[in-house]
Amino acid sequence: MAKFGRKGKGGTPGISTASLPDIVFMLLFFFMVTTVMREVSLKVKISPPEATEVKKLEKKSLVSYIYIGPPIKALISVYGTEPRIQLNDAYAGVEDLGEYIIAEREARNEKEVPFMTTSLKVDKETKMGIISDVKQKLRDLNALKINYSTKKGIKPQ
Amino acid sequence: MDVDSGIMRKLPPPLDPEIPPPPPIKQRNVFTVLVNSNDMLLVENEIGNIATLREECKEFVRNPSNSPILSEKKDPVMLDLVGSYQTSKGVVSLQNDRGTSYDIYIRVQNELVAAYREMRDELSMQTFGRKFNELKKEQSKAIKKAIPMMISESEPRNVGG
Repeated sequence: MAKFGRKGKGGTPGISTASLPDIVFMLLFFFMVTTVMREVSLKVKISPPEATEVKKLEKKSLVSYIYIGPPIKALISVYGTEPRIQLNDAYAGVEDLGEYIIAEREARNEKEVPFMTTSLKVDKETKMGIISDVKQKLRDLNALKINYSTKKGIKPQ
Repeated sequence: MDVDSGIMRKLPPPLDPEIPPPPPIKQRNVFTVLVNSNDMLLVENEIGNIATLREECKEFVRNPSNSPILSEKKDPVMLDLVGSYQTSKGVVSLQNDRGTSYDIYIRVQNELVAAYREMRDELSMQTFGRKFNELKKEQSKAIKKAIPMMISESEPRNVGG
């Protein structure tokens, strides 16, 4: 007579952990691929206006950004609510634009300078006065290609 | 994903004191759009509306009925690919106050750019049978020559209002 041993005597068997590294690596690669490095930390609050005639910005390496808007909540107590200009990581005045644009130009190849675009990321509540000053300054600096950053919206009426 | 898009515009080059200013443009050929600090529009000296701005702009630039109050046309010239075409002399002049909100400014810009885009689309549909941004390089160059985007922005004033 054959003997049948009873299986599963010692409680529940442990789960195989052989695939644990696979899972860990999958997660690791997933986050590595999807993470986008933020270039600047915004100190102004920007909700862009909507428009329909938008074009995608090509060649992001040739784009310099100018942010204009009211300071973020945490900084209102220090800087108030008046719209401000942000270049790189700090607040700036219109007079700092020259230095900024020249620095941006120097960081690029000389041949690419004519194709450089300045992207204006402006909060929609801002008044045109400050924007006109910026535009006038950009004109003097010969940075003529500009892009008004907007959301692609439905037909704004 | 953070996709950057927006309205592309080109600023006029800085004024060169050695180059004499260009001759003034006839009043008839200028389509004036004023926006005051209360975000109200004045189009051709009448109170305007953003909803109708696009059509008004197209009407002005094309002047299909050869009306004496709308823009003049240049003498017809032969353009490559397009053929004989009368380019409009019309210029859109946009002026805003320092107190105008950016939102309205962008909406007006959007309508004006859209007006030109629609005119280009229609012409390219007629001549090439497809939309402007689907054209080949030489074709879109020809269309751009036939309908140049003439939007000028004068320096803002404190027109108040």
